[in-house]
Amino acid sequence: MSDRRSFLRMIIMGTAGIVIAGCDRISQSSWGPKVLDSAEGLNRRVQALLSPSSSMAKEYTEADISPVFHANGTTMPTTPAYQTLMANQFRDYKLRVDGMVDRPAMLTIDDLKKLDTRTQITRHDCVEGWSAIGKWQGTLLSAVLDHVGVDPQARFVVFHCFDDMDVDTPYYESVDIGEARHPQTLLAFALNDQPLPIPYGAPLRLRLGRQLGYKQAKYLSRIELVRSFDAIGGGKGGYWEDQGYEWYAGI
Amino acid sequence: MVVNTESVAVTDIDAPAPEPPAPSRQWVYRHSLPIRIMHWINVIALTLMFFSGLQIFNAHPNLYWGNRSDEGKQLLSLAAHRDSAGNLVGTTRIGHHPFNTTGVLGVSKGSDGTPIVRGFPSWLTVPGPGWLAMGRRWHFFFAWVFVLNGLCYVGYSLARRHLQRDLWPTGADWRGIGRSIIDHLRFKHPRGAEALRYNILQRLAYLTVIFVFGVGIVLMGLAMSPRMDAVLSPLVEAVGGRQSARTIHFIIAWAFVAFVLIHVFEVLISGVFNQLRGMITGYYRVDTGGIDTAGAHTEGVDTGSIDESTPARAATAEEPPHE
Repeated sequence: MSDRRSFLRMIIMGTAGIVIAGCDRISQSSWGPKVLDSAEGLNRRVQALLSPSSSMAKEYTEADISPVFHANGTTMPTTPAYQTLMANQFRDYKLRVDGMVDRPAMLTIDDLKKLDTRTQITRHDCVEGWSAIGKWQGTLLSAVLDHVGVDPQARFVVFHCFDDMDVDTPYYESVDIGEARHPQTLLAFALNDQPLPIPYGAPLRLRLGRQLGYKQAKYLSRIELVRSFDAIGGGKGGYWEDQGYEWYAGI
Repeated sequence: MVVNTESVAVTDIDAPAPEPPAPSRQWVYRHSLPIRIMHWINVIALTLMFFSGLQIFNAHPNLYWGNRSDEGKQLLSLAAHRDSAGNLVGTTRIGHHPFNTTGVLGVSKGSDGTPIVRGFPSWLTVPGPGWLAMGRRWHFFFAWVFVLNGLCYVGYSLARRHLQRDLWPTGADWRGIGRSIIDHLRFKHPRGAEALRYNILQRLAYLTVIFVFGVGIVLMGLAMSPRMDAVLSPLVEAVGGRQSARTIHFIIAWAFVAFVLIHVFEVLISGVFNQLRGMITGYYRVDTGGIDTAGAHTEGVDTGSIDESTPARAATAEEPPHE
C-alpha cells in the first residue's frame, strides 16, 4: 500500500514538476513574460468597457470598518527628509505639485483641506489577497489638478514618495489622468477620523477606489504631471511595476 | 447515426461452447475536431490556472468570509512557526482546528532542499519559487484562454446540439439515476454501443462542471477585481463580500481538481487507450459483440452518435482512418 502510495505520489509530483519546471523556464525567458503581458492591455481595455471610468467603488458604512487596518509595506520611512518633517509633527509639510501644470504649487495640508474634500468608507484590496475597510478623508485629486491647471498634453500623474524601498530607490506610482480625476481618487490626510497615522502614509497618501493597494502611494512628497513616465525610476510607472507587477492594478 | 459494423468472424469451430456472441468492432467518430481541440486547450489552461492560482494564494495563505481579512477570523490558514528545537513547523488550520502539515502545507522544502515558509509547496505552484508578480501574469493570461475556450465550447455545443442531445438528461436518464449510482460505485461501466451515450451521472457532472464550477469560478475571480467590483458589487455582496468570493474561488478550484481526479480515474478504468484515442483522434472503438450487463439497465440502447455534427463519419475499418 505504501509502495503504491509513494508511486502515485511520485507520478503526481513528477508530472507537476515537469510542468512547473517548464513554466519556470518560460517565466525566466525573454519572450515568455512578454507573451503573458499581452493580457494586461486586454484586461485594462475590457475592464474599462465593462466598468466605465465613471463607475464607483462601493462605499460602506461605519459598521463595516476594519477593527484593525493592516499596515503593509513601509511603515516608518527612514529618509532624513521624512524624519525631519516627522520630528515637527509634519507642521512644515508641503506637497509639491509640478510638471506639466500652469501654476506649480506647494500645498500644506491646510491648503488641501480648503479645496474640495470627501469622506469615503471604502475597501482596500491588497495584491496579496487581503482586504480592509477604512474611512478615508481627503482632497479630491481632481480639485488639486484644477487648482494648478493641467497642461492638456499631460497624460499621467506621478506620485513621488518619501520612503526609500532600497538604497536611493524611492517609492513612486502613477495613474492616468482619467483615474486621477475619478471622484474616489483622494489625497487622504485622515483615516478613521484621525490624522493619517505614520504606518498608513502620514501626512498624505493617495487613495484609489478601484485599484490594488500598491498603486495607493503613501508618504507623498511631490505630484508631477507628465506625458510619459519612461524616464522615471525603472520606467514602468511605479516601484512595484519596476519589480514586475502590472501598471494596471484593477485586478 | 451511421455505424457500419464489420464483424470479425470467429473461425475456431472447435472452440468449446458456449461461445460469446461474435465480437464485432466498429469505429465511431465520437468527438469532433473542435471538441477535441477545446478539451486539450482546457486541460492546459486549467492546469496553469490552478498552479498559478496557488502561487497567488501563497501571498496571503488565509481565507475569510465577508469583505474583510480580520486577524483571527480565518476559515483556513496555512501558517508556520518554530518549535522549541528551532525547527520550522507547518500548521494548517481549518477554523480553529490545527493540523501539522509540515513538509507540504505551511512549511515545505525550497529549491535547495531546506524547509521554507510557504503555503503550498513549490511543486504545486507556477512559478515554482515564490513570485507573486509572475504568478499573476500566468493566471491572468490563461484566464483569457480558459474563458474564451469555454465560451467557444458552449457556443459550439449549443449550435451543434451537443449540449441538448448529449449532456441534457432525459427523463429516462433521471429514472435510471439510482442504478447508475450503484454501477459507478461498483466500477461497472457499460460496454458496446451503450458506452457511447453519456450516462446520467456523466451528464450531471459535465453540466455542473461547465455551468456551476466554470461560470462560478470566473464570476468569483471577477468579484475579486477592484475595478470590476465597481459594477459587480451586488454580486460581491450577495456572496458575502470580496473575501467570500476569494474563498469560493479557492473552493471551486479544488472542486475542479476533484472532478479531474474522478474524470481521470473513470477514464483509466473504462478503457484508457480507447478513451484517450477518442479524445485525440476522435475515434472510439465499440465492441458490439458482448454487451456488458451494466448496460442493460437503460431502456433502449441509443446508438446515436455522441457528436451529431459529423453523422456520416463513422468508419468501417478496423483501424481508425487518418484525419
